[in-house]
Amino acid sequence: MGNFRIPKLALSALALFVVVGGLSLAGVLNGYIVHIVNLSLIYVILAVSLNLINGITGQFSLGHMGFAAVGAYASGAVTTLVFRLQPGTASGYAVFVGAIVLGGLAAAAVGFLIGFPSLRLKGDYLAIVTLGFGEIIRTILNNIPAVGGPRGLLGIPKFSGFGVILLAALAALVVIRNLIESSPGRAMLAIRENELAAELVGVDTTKYKVLAFMVGAFFAGVAGGLLAHLLQMAHPTQFGFMGSVLVLIMVYSGGVGSLTGSVVAAFALTFLSEVLRIVIDAAAGATGLPIGGEWRMVVYALLLILIMLYRTEGLMGTRESKLVLLGEDKP
Amino acid sequence: MSAILKVEGMTHRFGGLRAVSDFNLEVPEGAIYGLIGPNGSGKTTTFNLITGIYTPTEGRILFEGRDITGAKPYRIVQAGAARTFQNLRIFGSMSVLDNIRVARHYTTKSGFFRSVLRTPSFKREEAAVREESMALLALMRLEGRAKEEAKNLPYGELRRLEIARALATRPRLLLLDEPAAGMNPKEVADLMALIARVRDEFKVTVFLIEHHMKVVKGICERVKVIDFGETIAEGEPDEVCRDPKVLEAYLGKRGA
Repeated sequence: MGNFRIPKLALSALALFVVVGGLSLAGVLNGYIVHIVNLSLIYVILAVSLNLINGITGQFSLGHMGFAAVGAYASGAVTTLVFRLQPGTASGYAVFVGAIVLGGLAAAAVGFLIGFPSLRLKGDYLAIVTLGFGEIIRTILNNIPAVGGPRGLLGIPKFSGFGVILLAALAALVVIRNLIESSPGRAMLAIRENELAAELVGVDTTKYKVLAFMVGAFFAGVAGGLLAHLLQMAHPTQFGFMGSVLVLIMVYSGGVGSLTGSVVAAFALTFLSEVLRIVIDAAAGATGLPIGGEWRMVVYALLLILIMLYRTEGLMGTRESKLVLLGEDKP
Repeated sequence: MSAILKVEGMTHRFGGLRAVSDFNLEVPEGAIYGLIGPNGSGKTTTFNLITGIYTPTEGRILFEGRDITGAKPYRIVQAGAARTFQNLRIFGSMSVLDNIRVARHYTTKSGFFRSVLRTPSFKREEAAVREESMALLALMRLEGRAKEEAKNLPYGELRRLEIARALATRPRLLLLDEPAAGMNPKEVADLMALIARVRDEFKVTVFLIEHHMKVVKGICERVKVIDFGETIAEGEPDEVCRDPKVLEAYLGKRGA
């Protein structure tokens, strides 16, 4: 019986596609707005996949952008350095899609590698290890001349568009939602609730923590690949600690464990970021104070503090919209 | 009757402290067996050793003849020995039904890909797990609570939920850590009837820790008494309760 809601989710994605596509064709939405929508959808993938690790499985990861970096560089290297693709051909597009999947798989492999040694750690210690991992990835990329070193990987063909990004976001949502509402997903939830009790009802906790990391890393890698082919570059600083924190803020402000919350927060914070850019620039211009775009992070940090003080459970708590949920058995 | 659980010369030290000392045990298959002793006598440590939370410093633990010493907890559960906790460990923000279903987890075959793709075999399996879990909840008179968040249940129901969850792993040995803790006399009476029923219906051996002498005398067929990690008596509940060493341990020298 569960399946009749999948079309509902697909339908709302289609509606978004028609609205955004139609409005931009009609000239109401300019390229800038469409670009922000694209970025929002990429952040949806990042937030939803981090939510699987942090919210559903209860593991505190601070290195999500590290996985995105692996995906961005791996897919970018394939399309740019190996195939030297130019946008516009069907075969080129097929290679691009393959490269994105490959980027996701590479990130998942890295997730697996860091998973096994570090998942014996809990709480703060795991957070520190994942933080270190993110920085290691960034530093490694900074020092590989073949992918541009500190200049970044430039000249990546622009293959990412609204359609493919929307499809990828939908896929991430459906896969992670289906996973949550199944036996492996319940095992992950049980680990979050009480790891020892999970182990004592027969859950191989290490296996499911590694699985959560791998699936989360896969979609982060896909998001990174799409981002690289949208911005036409991959740069080490894009994938630094602050990037991971931004995704973390999305997960926590949307509601830990709520995919709906992650979607809403990804859109809200991406748009807020653009609004702040304009507001802060205007404020700097009006007052003559030396403040720049990086002050956005101050606003985010304040937002996070306010959420932790006044609405710890985030916007949605663990609740889900009926659009997202299959859920015949949720309380 | 053969022993379903056999412990040979088990000793466990926390640093210099011998929490359990040369512990020997044979729990006969199909029995309701009690482990009693004053506070801090090492009962829960013994349970933690048998269920794999700790690895004993010395000795062997045999479950159905297989050596499970030092095995990981989930392996021991999968081998057929499940437990409950003295201080409840319920998955609070999961539904009551999901608390049961997660315990059926290791017997399901649907892994990541089947779950994500929602294949027909996945759906059949989910339906079967759901049906069995609901039956188990019905047995515990919790079926009306299936969709509630588990943390909202009153204490007595949480205790029953934990027993149901342990049973959902399809154990042949059920270890209950102070199942009557914090219960009123009416609830204790219900619990005793429930444990006896569970033993008969599920064909499990019950091994329990208990403070409540009424429970021990009421349902245990055999008990072992430990104090400071050492075994001080073993036998039928009535005879053990008259043992001077047991009286001394519980009441002090003058009581005996």
